[in-house]
Amino acid sequence: MSGQTHRVEVTLETLLESVDLAEDITMRVADAAGFDEEQRYRIGMSVREGVINAYQYGNQAERDRKIVLTLELTPEKLVIRVLDQGPGFSLADVPDPLAEENLLKTSGRGLFLMKAFMDEFAVNPGPAGGAELVMAKRYPAVPGGAQPAK
Amino acid sequence: MSFKATARDIGDATVMDLSGRITLGEGSAMLREMIKELVGKGRKHIVLNLGDVTYIDSSGIGELVSGFQTVRTSGGQLKLLHLTKKVHDLLQITKLFTVFDVYSDESVALASFTS
Repeated sequence: MSGQTHRVEVTLETLLESVDLAEDITMRVADAAGFDEEQRYRIGMSVREGVINAYQYGNQAERDRKIVLTLELTPEKLVIRVLDQGPGFSLADVPDPLAEENLLKTSGRGLFLMKAFMDEFAVNPGPAGGAELVMAKRYPAVPGGAQPAK
Repeated sequence: MSFKATARDIGDATVMDLSGRITLGEGSAMLREMIKELVGKGRKHIVLNLGDVTYIDSSGIGELVSGFQTVRTSGGQLKLLHLTKKVHDLLQITKLFTVFDVYSDESVALASFTS
C-alpha cells in the first residue's frame, strides 16, 4: 500500500443519466480498490442512491445545478462525497422508513440504504451551501486483497 | 440489461414476468403503468415474478410498494415470486419482507389467492 490518497472528482449535470454514470465510475474505482462483488454492489448502490437524492431532493431536477461526486482512496478506506446545490437538510429530519407508519410509503429509503450498506455515513452542509453526503467503506481485511489503486 | 415485462393470465390471476433493472427512470415507471393497466382491466390477483430481475434500487422498491397498494386498494392481492438474493436482502433490511407475500413456487403462489 502506497500510503497515499488517490482522488477522483467528477462534476455531473442534474440528469437521470448522471445516476448511472456515477454508479459506473464508482464500481470501477471500487473494483480497482479490491472490493469483492458484494461490496462493489453495496458501494455502487449507495452512490446511486446518493446521486438520486441530489438529483431529486437537492437539485430538484434542475439541470443547470451541479452534482459533485468525489471518490478518495485513502490508505484505510474508500471515502465518497456527493455534493448538491440544493437547500440542504438534516438527517434528523428524515423520517425512519422502518417505522410502522412509513413501511408502505413509496419513497424515503435511499438514505437508509446508504447507512445500511456503508461503514460510515453522514450528511454535512456543503462548503458553499447544499448538502454533502459523506460515506466510507473500509477495505476488507484480506491479506494481499484490497489495496487502493496506485 | 434494460427492464422488460410480460404478462401471462392463468385463470383469475396474472403473472408478470419481469427482467432486467427496476430503477429510477428505467423500469419503475413502466412497472407502475402495467400494474395500473391490469387493475383497470379487472385483474386483481397479480404475481410479480422477479426471478430475472438483476438489480433494484430504492425507486424500484417504491414501485413494488406502489403496486402492492394499487392492487390492494382495488380489493385484490399482489404477491412476489422467485426473489433473487439481492432483492430478498433488500426487502429484508427495509422490513418489507413482512409486508409482501413471497413465494418460490409459482403454483403455490397462484393457489394462495383468496377471492
